Amino acid sequence: MKVYSRIESIAGNVITVKAEGIRYGDLAQISTSFGSSLAEVIKIDGDMVSLQVFAGSRGVSTGDELRFLGKPMQVSCTDALQGRIFNGSGEPRDGGPALKDNMIPIGGPSFNPTKRIIPRNMVRTGIPMIDLFNTLVESQKLPIFSISGEPYNELLARIALQAEVDLIVLGGMGLKHDDYLYFRDTLEEGGALSRSILFIHTAADPVVEGLMVPDMSLAVAEQFALNGKKVLVLLTDMTNFADAMKEIAITQEQVPSNRGYPGDLYSQLASRYEKAVDIEGSGSITILAVTTMPGDDVTHPVPDNTGYITEGQFYLRGGRIEPFGSLSRLKQQVNDRTREDHRDLMNGMIKIYASYKDALEKQSMGFQKTAWDEKLLKYGEKFEREMMDLTVNIPIEQALDRGWSILADCFEKEETGLRTNLIEKFWPKGAGAVHGQD
Amino acid sequence: MNTTGTVTGINGNMVTVRADGHVIMNEVCGITVGDKQLKSEVIRIRGNSAQVQVFEITKGIGIGDRVEFSSQMLAVKLGPGLLGQIYDGLQNPLPQLAEKTGFFLERGIYLDALNSAAVWEFTPRAKVGDKVSAGDCLGTVPEGPFEHRIMVPFYNEDEYTLTRVNEAGKYTVNDAIAEGTDSKGNTILFTMAFEWPVKRPVKLYEERLKPTTPMVSKVRLMDTFFPVAKGGTYCIPGPFGAGKTVLQQITSRHAEVDVVIIAACGERAGEVVETLREFPELTDPRTGRSLMERTIIVCNTSSMPVASREASVYTAVTLGEYYRQMGLDVLLLADSTSRWAQAMREMSGRLEEIPGEEAFPAYLESNIAAFYERAGIVRLKDGKTGSITIGGTVSPAGGNFEEPVTQATLKVVGAFHGLSRERSDARKYPAIHPTESWSKYTGIMPDHHVKYAHSILAKSGEIDAMMKVVGEEGTSLTDYIVYQKGEFLDTVYFQQNSFDPVDAAVTPERQIHVFSLILEILASGIQCDDKEDARRWFYQLRQKFLDYNGTEFNSEEFKSLEKDIRDILASKASGIDPNAADILKEVKK
Ligand SMILES: Nc1ncnc2c1ncn2[C@@H]1O[C@H](COP(=O)(O)OP(=O)(O)O)[C@@H](O)[C@H]1O
Ligand SMILES: [Mg+2]
Repeated sequence: MKVYSRIESIAGNVITVKAEGIRYGDLAQISTSFGSSLAEVIKIDGDMVSLQVFAGSRGVSTGDELRFLGKPMQVSCTDALQGRIFNGSGEPRDGGPALKDNMIPIGGPSFNPTKRIIPRNMVRTGIPMIDLFNTLVESQKLPIFSISGEPYNELLARIALQAEVDLIVLGGMGLKHDDYLYFRDTLEEGGALSRSILFIHTAADPVVEGLMVPDMSLAVAEQFALNGKKVLVLLTDMTNFADAMKEIAITQEQVPSNRGYPGDLYSQLASRYEKAVDIEGSGSITILAVTTMPGDDVTHPVPDNTGYITEGQFYLRGGRIEPFGSLSRLKQQVNDRTREDHRDLMNGMIKIYASYKDALEKQSMGFQKTAWDEKLLKYGEKFEREMMDLTVNIPIEQALDRGWSILADCFEKEETGLRTNLIEKFWPKGAGAVHGQD
Repeated sequence: MNTTGTVTGINGNMVTVRADGHVIMNEVCGITVGDKQLKSEVIRIRGNSAQVQVFEITKGIGIGDRVEFSSQMLAVKLGPGLLGQIYDGLQNPLPQLAEKTGFFLERGIYLDALNSAAVWEFTPRAKVGDKVSAGDCLGTVPEGPFEHRIMVPFYNEDEYTLTRVNEAGKYTVNDAIAEGTDSKGNTILFTMAFEWPVKRPVKLYEERLKPTTPMVSKVRLMDTFFPVAKGGTYCIPGPFGAGKTVLQQITSRHAEVDVVIIAACGERAGEVVETLREFPELTDPRTGRSLMERTIIVCNTSSMPVASREASVYTAVTLGEYYRQMGLDVLLLADSTSRWAQAMREMSGRLEEIPGEEAFPAYLESNIAAFYERAGIVRLKDGKTGSITIGGTVSPAGGNFEEPVTQATLKVVGAFHGLSRERSDARKYPAIHPTESWSKYTGIMPDHHVKYAHSILAKSGEIDAMMKVVGEEGTSLTDYIVYQKGEFLDTVYFQQNSFDPVDAAVTPERQIHVFSLILEILASGIQCDDKEDARRWFYQLRQKFLDYNGTEFNSEEFKSLEKDIRDILASKASGIDPNAADILKEVKK
């Protein structure tokens, strides 16, 4: 391929060169005095070609050499990837050899909706707030909404180790170096590193380099899933990914839609998350992501757009998964096959928890507590301690039983609003009768 | 000779083309990349340069690539065989595409929207010598539960004298089943299928009527409180997770209409899968046939190209208009219109148009209005009526209804089903806000009955708000009972369990029956010793009522539970609210 050595303009992390025969999305290699970097064609206007430079444009000279590779971004995909760690450009980060076999394109086309199947396998996590109230399902795409300081990466790692999957792909974007080491070591200790592939972009790396991480992770995951593997993709933190897109959009002088984010933020995030799939007769991709909410604001464009795309979210706050705001949109695909009381107990307990919150508010206003308020307060306290606390680690069956025993401890049967036939079957023996008024 | 051109610029899904001849605004063109032609639409013309939006991923397009213009606008194919299909936004049949390309969508492959090999049993309805014009019926073929009318193509603007009409028999969509001469003496062949540009409304009717017949959804809160009329429009705005999609899904199953068109516009593919896997297995109680036979899915989900997402709602409404022309009642459900609006915004941004609020283009409002304006109930030339009802979800940024898409939609629709985060958090489904929502249509209940229930609800809400200030101890027993009545109405009537086989769909007969019982309870004076006594009593009543909601209408169990409810009521009822005396007389009749 032809080499160009005259860069016309540099703005933000975007450079422009005069070149011919270039195709949209092609890759180029730029050699600067600081080393070389990949760059991707993001706009062509006549013979003016604009590229985003993954290592950033800091230190790029107008005289630096640019060599077009004549193809879009690709990543090697073989079994040799397992146990390996790469950076945001797909180069080894672990000192191991670079991989060049079976190069596959990234950001491939979408799955034909008619080839999808209804997800059907529950992923057991041992966390009641997930298993009982917002069941995680194989092939689900689901982020953890949180703020910095919360143990979201710990939660991610815990679910990853507990879930029975064949392969874990971790895509880190703007990851703190400590968090990177935490993941690596936790996977190692859990005996899972050898069936993990890590694409790690850290906070110390150029921002734009994180842009490829989701696509690389998902392209690799897709290949393995097509080969029958159950793959779990962990993406943390997608807010950093969105911010990198914002940076490029601003450099490109695109009209921002909301707080500086480009108008296609929704489509961009969706094209990644929609890679989650259960493939008939083959493997699957489940995506668990982290979306930190700037200013703890769920209406911020990144969590907001994400919530509209993903199949629910776990709202992690104060070290607990909040019942409000948390949602698994796929739970109903599996919770009719766990136990017959699952669905009703799930909604019933949350409805009462909502009343508890009202009672709590009343209490804080200093009103007299009614007998009913007393019951609600007792319930809420028990619910938070015995269900919501993240140290609780019990199978779903036990969590359901615990739910009934919390209810029986606090209420009479018909105060629960649950169906009579379920109450008859599951109400712990020895607790009050249906019409018993005391 | 059609115009050709070459690519001179690429920016996302917008490509600039230098043309060698005349270019028509909104005409379709194809960009040649390798062995594929990528479908695109002209959206701006400046001198001999045209800007086109590409309905596909633009990776790999290069300067100098060849472009062929078609001089045709983006159109859909209309004819028998549309029902039961699953199309993308450009009417590409997705199952057939999967047969060709496997798991993944491949760009640049366009298949026939109608199966050209399928054979249809044609019965002529017109005869030689008849004078016919656009939309007139030439014959019928059975399609699923319907007599599908074979019509004179909508674009045939002349009057034609039929010189031949085929005998009853088996034909394919492309066979000529009739022949006629136009006013100039030219011979015209009529086949069973034709194309129509999606952005042009079909206006072949005598008059538009006022939507007055209820479109029954079997959702209590909709049918009783915020009804939608056949030919009407409504919107469902709500933050993510509030239940927009589930509400549309249950409506698509249970609505009492002839044809349902689901436009899955820019949202999750997985949600469409539930519909397309389950509908073939479900029976439509109206026809006894599979639900899929009355359904068309237009599916351009979030990871599919954004320009065809923009087209998809037009594709859907055009298919709807086609069936309306046959005198059928069509329901179009679009989820989500915000994604369509965002698609407009993306293109507008690439065109560097002056942005309006939140960067939406200035024409956002008029496009939304024009889309909903394609709903309506009409009297056709043969005297029959046909209708399209449009229900669109709106996904407001940050769940804030003050944003441009929600606001523009609220200006033009006839009913507003606003979903509330507070209600969905508390698992009060469907989370339609019972006091903020509204409807301009009349439903299945007399207005003043609904108003009465509403007045109790409003009072209950006020008392609830008061209690938050003065506490329960500062509230009178009388007020507390009104508050409990409102809570009761909410729990047993507004809330409906979509996952319960019985409660999921409530017929109008049952709604009328149950609502009269509710009115009786709301209007009765309730004698209680104290608030705790009142609370217990209402919870007891609630428990019975929830069980009652879960039993088959008019079954023995239903009757026995109703008796229990009446007994509980009788145990504390004394006297009735004088304001409701007339209403109670009416419901007891
Ligand atoms: N009517 C309902 N009954 C029970 N659960 C519901 C209902 N509506 C919504 N949900 C729950 O809320 C989740 C989100 O609903 P959905 O319709 O997908 O929300 P939206 O489209 O507004 O984002 C569903 O997956 C389901 O778990
Ligand atoms: Mg939805």
